[in-house]
Amino acid sequence: MFMARIRVTLKPTVLDPQGAAVRKALASLGFTGVEDVRMGKYVELKLTARDRAAAEQAVAKACQDLLANPVIEEYAYTLEEVGG
Amino acid sequence: MRFGVVVFPGSNCDTDCYHALRGLGYPVEYVWHEAASLPEVDCVVLPGGFSYGDYLRAGAIARFARIMPAVAAHAEAGGAVIGICNGFQILLEAGLLPGAMRRNASLQFRCHDVHVRVEAGGMFTSLAGRGRVLRLPIAHAEGNYYCGAEVLTELEANGQIAFRYCDADGKISAAANPNGAVGNIAGITNRRGNVLGLMPHPERCCDPVLGNTDGRLIFASIAASRGGLCHVG
Repeated sequence: MFMARIRVTLKPTVLDPQGAAVRKALASLGFTGVEDVRMGKYVELKLTARDRAAAEQAVAKACQDLLANPVIEEYAYTLEEVGG
Repeated sequence: MRFGVVVFPGSNCDTDCYHALRGLGYPVEYVWHEAASLPEVDCVVLPGGFSYGDYLRAGAIARFARIMPAVAAHAEAGGAVIGICNGFQILLEAGLLPGAMRRNASLQFRCHDVHVRVEAGGMFTSLAGRGRVLRLPIAHAEGNYYCGAEVLTELEANGQIAFRYCDADGKISAAANPNGAVGNIAGITNRRGNVLGLMPHPERCCDPVLGNTDGRLIFASIAASRGGLCHVG
């Protein structure tokens, strides 16, 4: 059994209105040092695979096909073997 | 000219589309998202709403619905496809149109009439004509169209930008842009011109009782492109 922890974020070149709103809210709360906020998604996948390479391949495909939109987003993940 | 309106779980403009098209005199039927094939239709309508609750990203899950390969095949064969609002988002996620949708720059759900200028001729706009200003309602939180500079250049060069947000006089300006979309883009077609995605809702302004019938021009253009009945004016 493997656990993939996936982060999906907007590409640096893509404007993030949600992050901008949170930055403004933080500023109004007195967090004046916060210069930028970028929002993203966190996804955990628990999956069975015959080995690490197969798990890695499945996770990458899931990210490319569904979890991230390659036009505006990028993804990164960690993969860990866990008990069933 | 037969229309098929695809119904996804969470579609909520399917009935509006059906009603508008029936009202214009066109044969129309619903197509369930789990159908493996399309009935005999000339134009597929992907309606607005919140398919699959907009989970993950708007349109991201609907793209994998069982009916979608048939919709793609219909488009590939030259058949007309119109995606309205959530339907536009689905077409982008499915790769039938280029680009992606972001949250509105204002972060607000925008629900009001906008003006759009017809930028290109073709099967969806032939009766309106280039340069015509239409008043159409919008209702969305994710209509902030995005594409890279290269794709934008291509869209412009190929005449794929169907509608841009403008003011009542047809002037394109940042003030007239309700969501921050690149180039004030409200709607685009594929290169071949038989697949249209747009954020405004033409089906919500086809019946005179609603005070505006500008939406008729779009559906009637589609019908006219197939030599169908024309019910404008």
